[in-house]
Amino acid sequence: MPDAAPGLARQFGIAVLLLALAAAAPWLLSAYDLNLLARFLALALLALGLVLTWGHGGILSLGQGVFFGLGGYALAMHMKLDGLAPGEVPEFMMLSGVETLPWWWAPFAHPAVAIAAVVAVPALVAALFAWSVFARRVSGTYFSLITQALALAFATLLVSQQDLTGGFNGLTDFQTLLGADLNDPGAGRWLYWLTLACLAAGWALVTLLLASRFGTMLRAVRDGENRVRFLGHDAAAYKIVAFAVAGALAGAAGALFTLHAGVISPAMVGVVPSIEMVIWVAIGGRLSLAGAILGTVAVNFARDKVSSAFPELWPYALGALFILVVTTLPGGLAGLRKAR
Amino acid sequence: MDPALLLGQIFNGVSVGSLYLLAALGLALSFGLMRVINMAHGEMLMLGGYLAYLTLQVVPGPLGIIAALPVAFIGAALFGAFLHTALISRLAARPLDTLLATWGVSLILQQGARSLFGAIGVEVTAPAWLDGAVAVGGASLPYARLFILGVAALVLAALALLLARTRIGLLVRAVNQDRMMAAATGIDVRRIDLIVFSLGTGIAGLAGVVLALLGPVTPTVGQSYIVPAFLVVVMGGLGSITGTVAAALILGLVVALSQLAVDVSLSQVILLLFVILFIQVRPEGVVASRSRSLDA
Repeated sequence: MPDAAPGLARQFGIAVLLLALAAAAPWLLSAYDLNLLARFLALALLALGLVLTWGHGGILSLGQGVFFGLGGYALAMHMKLDGLAPGEVPEFMMLSGVETLPWWWAPFAHPAVAIAAVVAVPALVAALFAWSVFARRVSGTYFSLITQALALAFATLLVSQQDLTGGFNGLTDFQTLLGADLNDPGAGRWLYWLTLACLAAGWALVTLLLASRFGTMLRAVRDGENRVRFLGHDAAAYKIVAFAVAGALAGAAGALFTLHAGVISPAMVGVVPSIEMVIWVAIGGRLSLAGAILGTVAVNFARDKVSSAFPELWPYALGALFILVVTTLPGGLAGLRKAR
Repeated sequence: MDPALLLGQIFNGVSVGSLYLLAALGLALSFGLMRVINMAHGEMLMLGGYLAYLTLQVVPGPLGIIAALPVAFIGAALFGAFLHTALISRLAARPLDTLLATWGVSLILQQGARSLFGAIGVEVTAPAWLDGAVAVGGASLPYARLFILGVAALVLAALALLLARTRIGLLVRAVNQDRMMAAATGIDVRRIDLIVFSLGTGIAGLAGVVLALLGPVTPTVGQSYIVPAFLVVVMGGLGSITGTVAAALILGLVVALSQLAVDVSLSQVILLLFVILFIQVRPEGVVASRSRSLDA
């Protein structure tokens, strides 16, 4: 079984080594590169969820940006409200003539609510969405197409509700979080370590899930959904749980990314960014957590370098990557190592 | 509600639905046959639009748009044949990977169009005989939209004749019903796949020509119609032309009628919610294929 979760002890060893190296990054990298690395490690948290759903569950989501966005917007809404007096509304609302805070913004003024929402809202939306499709035994390509429509609908909705969501420009210009000044030079380091800690926790969570009975059942559903059903299991339930966990991870990733980038906008959650998230995992290896993290960091660094030097070349390169990886390297980079 | 407004929106819905249909027919045909979706299908619309633009440079007169139809059909069909041979036939057993690989093709084609024609897009001026509108019951029905309806009806009729009355159609139906059995009787199923796939991209090329009448042809023109077209495939039912037609018209009407109450962006959300609600009632699609096999 090439895709069974490898020995936990070995995985743990690799994880500790990588973690130690990554924790030292603030002393090794420039502030600019550290910020980039922090963003990409946040994105890697989302990629872990794709390994769970796509690699081990056979569920290809082309709408992961939605859950990323829900997490990002949840935290961004809190930061827009942080420091405002009661009754005040964020500046972008005032500019569009909104005088009173919409009811669904109000709970996010409370930091604990907002931080819980970062994970809970995307997880709930993902679970509800997956349930509405999987419970009717609609899956495979159909599911992927519906997730893409979800990404389109979400991004379109965000853009159109300019006065309530910040529209095309999204939410930006954050000052403080939990009383800490985000523009302080030291804040970048702490946020980086926070991201690293979240990524390590996410890695541990998904590793445990994949090694557990749940992981075995998820792979069984992927390889033979009907057989699992005939053995008396609720196949849809495994897929729904996996999709919800991936949604929660994407939400946390979105919140962390928003902190590093200082902005969350519809351009990061729509159809195109959502499908690009899949390529990070495809290149790293859809069955390997380490591969997914490395793939995410590598593709995004390449994007940063190539698209700043030759902006018109990047779409060609990305398109060619999609085609080449899928046709010649279905296991990704991690698959290469195993094949050797 | 104003009956003329309602009538106008119903007409718009049918017109949008016929565009969805032209965009989705090729997807549905190939999906029924091979269980794969070509994510670069939207770029076949784009290709058709640019071919219409180029044809009108050569044949500027009032019949330019008529000349553009066969050019776009053949151009897009040839590209489809290339795409199928070079990529899709190699991935046939991996539908989700086909999605990703063809998305890569779509990125390359979009950027290619951007490099060749610029990001802003090109205008295809509708000929004078398509200007104007006919008034029915207080609603005005533009000739350009009636032309789209006509093209969709002709394509549908031709396709129905092809499938029902020709030898090729017979073979396509055979492979559609039972691929293994068809192969066992000596039908070259891979050739049938290739023919159907090219036919589908050709129809998308036609859709690109009529889209060009409605707005500028841009590198991303296909993207605005392709997601609804995917939803048509989800809703239509596996390999059923009737189901695809019904789903396209229903979704076109849902979009147009919802715009009586909400703005365009919310109608996208309503479209998605409608499809999700629909599969709660009929997960097998508008027209279900009857089969005893477990994984249809």
